[in-house]
Amino acid sequence: MRRNEKGVGPGKQYDRTDQEDEEAMEAYLDNSATTKVFEPVKDIVVKAMTEDYGNPSSLHKKGVEAERYVKAAAESVAKTLRAAPSEIIFTSGGTESNNMAVIGAARAMRRAGKHLITTTIEHPSVSNVFRYLEEEEGFSVDYIPVDENGHVRQDALLAALREDTTLVSVMYVNNEIGSRNPVGEIGAVIKKKNPKTLFHVDAIQAYGKYRICPKREQIDLLSVSGHKIHGPKGVGFLYVKSGTKLLPVVYGGGQQKGMRSGTHNVPGIAGMGEAARLIYEDHEEKIRAMYGLKKRFVELVTDLPGTKINGLTGEESAPHVVSVSFEGIKSEVLLHALEDKGIFVSSGSACSSNHPALSGTLRGIGLKRELLDATLRFSFSVFTTEEEIRYTAEVLKELLPMLRRYARR
Amino acid sequence: MAEREGLFHAFLIKYAEIGIKGKNRYLFEDALMRQIRFALRGAEGKFSVRKETGRIYVEEEGAFDPDEVTERLGRVFGISGICPMVQFEYKEFADIRERVVDYAGRVHPEGNFTFKVQTKRANKGFPMDSNEINARLGEALLEAYPSLKVNVHEPDVFFYVEVRERVNLYSRVLPGPGGMPVGTSGKAMLLLSGGIDSPVAGYMTAKRGVSIDAVYFHAPPYTSERAKQKVVDLAKIVSRYSGPMKLHVINFTDIQLCIYDQCPHEELTIIMRRYMMRIAEAIAKESGALALVTGESIGQVASQTLPSLACTGEVCDLPVIRPVIGFDKQEIVDIALKIDTFETSIQPFEDCCTIFVAKHPVIKPNRKIIRRSEEKLAGKIEEMVKTALETREVVEIQAP
Repeated sequence: MRRNEKGVGPGKQYDRTDQEDEEAMEAYLDNSATTKVFEPVKDIVVKAMTEDYGNPSSLHKKGVEAERYVKAAAESVAKTLRAAPSEIIFTSGGTESNNMAVIGAARAMRRAGKHLITTTIEHPSVSNVFRYLEEEEGFSVDYIPVDENGHVRQDALLAALREDTTLVSVMYVNNEIGSRNPVGEIGAVIKKKNPKTLFHVDAIQAYGKYRICPKREQIDLLSVSGHKIHGPKGVGFLYVKSGTKLLPVVYGGGQQKGMRSGTHNVPGIAGMGEAARLIYEDHEEKIRAMYGLKKRFVELVTDLPGTKINGLTGEESAPHVVSVSFEGIKSEVLLHALEDKGIFVSSGSACSSNHPALSGTLRGIGLKRELLDATLRFSFSVFTTEEEIRYTAEVLKELLPMLRRYARR
Repeated sequence: MAEREGLFHAFLIKYAEIGIKGKNRYLFEDALMRQIRFALRGAEGKFSVRKETGRIYVEEEGAFDPDEVTERLGRVFGISGICPMVQFEYKEFADIRERVVDYAGRVHPEGNFTFKVQTKRANKGFPMDSNEINARLGEALLEAYPSLKVNVHEPDVFFYVEVRERVNLYSRVLPGPGGMPVGTSGKAMLLLSGGIDSPVAGYMTAKRGVSIDAVYFHAPPYTSERAKQKVVDLAKIVSRYSGPMKLHVINFTDIQLCIYDQCPHEELTIIMRRYMMRIAEAIAKESGALALVTGESIGQVASQTLPSLACTGEVCDLPVIRPVIGFDKQEIVDIALKIDTFETSIQPFEDCCTIFVAKHPVIKPNRKIIRRSEEKLAGKIEEMVKTALETREVVEIQAP
């Protein structure tokens, strides 16, 4: 019997064998949820908090020092997009970037039209914004379906585009199955039909994995989050092509040319700038390695009986996401069983019957009902090793028969 | 409110039921004082709790938030009423008159109501008797606030004036939770799940003066760390009322799987419940608890029909208390809302163990058949129960 004076706090408290075995293997395969920060990112964040802690809006020297961090970060991320620093607006993260893009563009263009288009597999920080605009602000929205691989149906998109369509929002890489939309082609389809329609891309899962060039891909608005690329949480940015009409969503002291008021999150912004620079250093090499891991993992998992990989598995989809359905196993049970072995992943959807919102993406690609809550997402980063991949496959091989034995009869 | 903040410096605690307990009365009063002290421990300010001639006073020494204090006192079982009180020194009647008039204006600014002054003169050396003080104070109030009226039979407001070494003055009585002070009726072991009912059952048992420890059955990986955290959170809320408790976390997975392997599936829940009762009873006996407490309500689910209750109850000698046995779900929810466990209870973490719930469970279990099914577990399960008891984790729960 063990006493736990503090109650269940952060950190594990109940018995695990790894408490005795300090060297227990750990595999963090939930990098689509968030990533560990790069060491230099941590250093610059600490420096911006403890040494150069001024407010960039202050007129004195401390303010000027802090402003330098913000400028450097804007230059750093702009360079990765082959854009201008003036086209970057810093936000509190991916959700705010998406809100700002969709609400800001819809409202700014509402005299030109009130028709908007998005897809059925967007992240809630996009889809719920459209739902809000539909229900509360009188916009009409078309939701374009996807094919079985999670790609937006371009014919349906073309058919939905109208004279009064002011905004189309499509995600670059899907967060649940890693499918990659050809945003360049989609941009061309939109602009050919209606050059005034704005094109927003949620690139939160894509930035750092692909070289994105908004100008070439005819993207007007592009959302990015800091913590998916080994930067800090609570920071992100929105690329806004110069000349794009956009209304702010946050009002106040007029920082960032009035587009996003509020004191700059200097440590976060500096950290994200550094992370962006690092992730695009030797980029091709990093991505090739990640595809190698993915290929290996897909092979190992495909060998296990009763598994199904969702979406495309090769280089047509993102290098860091593999979605796997396990027949006859509840995803959350498997998730916790893996957790017990030091492997951390996400479930493809909510397990609980109290939670009716089963994954939109998995339904969108036509996954069978009984597999909806039998699906896990494994996601990699530059820190993921071949050893972790092999260990995970071994553990799965061991766990699956055991868990399948105990099914609801 | 800011007006009042500097005004009240003490609370008179009224208690009903414990007043009639004869020679044991001091035990109850002492328990009540202990619970009051415990409840105020996390509050801003320093308080002294003392007993004087059959009354309990809570007095503050320094700054405090009267709303926080009344909220906390409102969770102490045994209190029937809480009276925010003003205490002041006096030399002569004029001092009392001035303070009472000032008090009435500040605490009852609404102005137009009927009142009665009720004086108790404990200081027999004071030159006026209580009737005279009543009359003179009444006059003074009418003079100061012409919209007031006296009504000696059914007044809207009583002004209680106790003339002791100091004067105690109060007029508002906030309702307490009633019941009896925790610690006066022994201890019970609560089977706490993450649901709505069991925290309410714990609350209701504590209300009758029973202290509570709890046991939770954790089944990783079928229940998650978050499900356990939720139970810890619920125990913390219950402990606002019951005082500190121990939460015993039992790892139940092996037992559950063993039952799954050996027994007919439709009997799974019943047999599982029987093992939970056995384990809870073992812990209860070890820690001196005199009863088990569950959140069962007749007919709510298959395992809570009368035959099922009889079947799960027969495995232990200790009495099984089921405080919500006759309540409809909505009635239980209403209490859960009142005591603030509802929001936590409805977080959806627990039902990944649905694989252990048959699609058609027995609703009228035959005890003989169930006993026979359990025989198949013999030889394996005893060791598992022993291990579960030995490896249990004990979480010390204390409300902030």
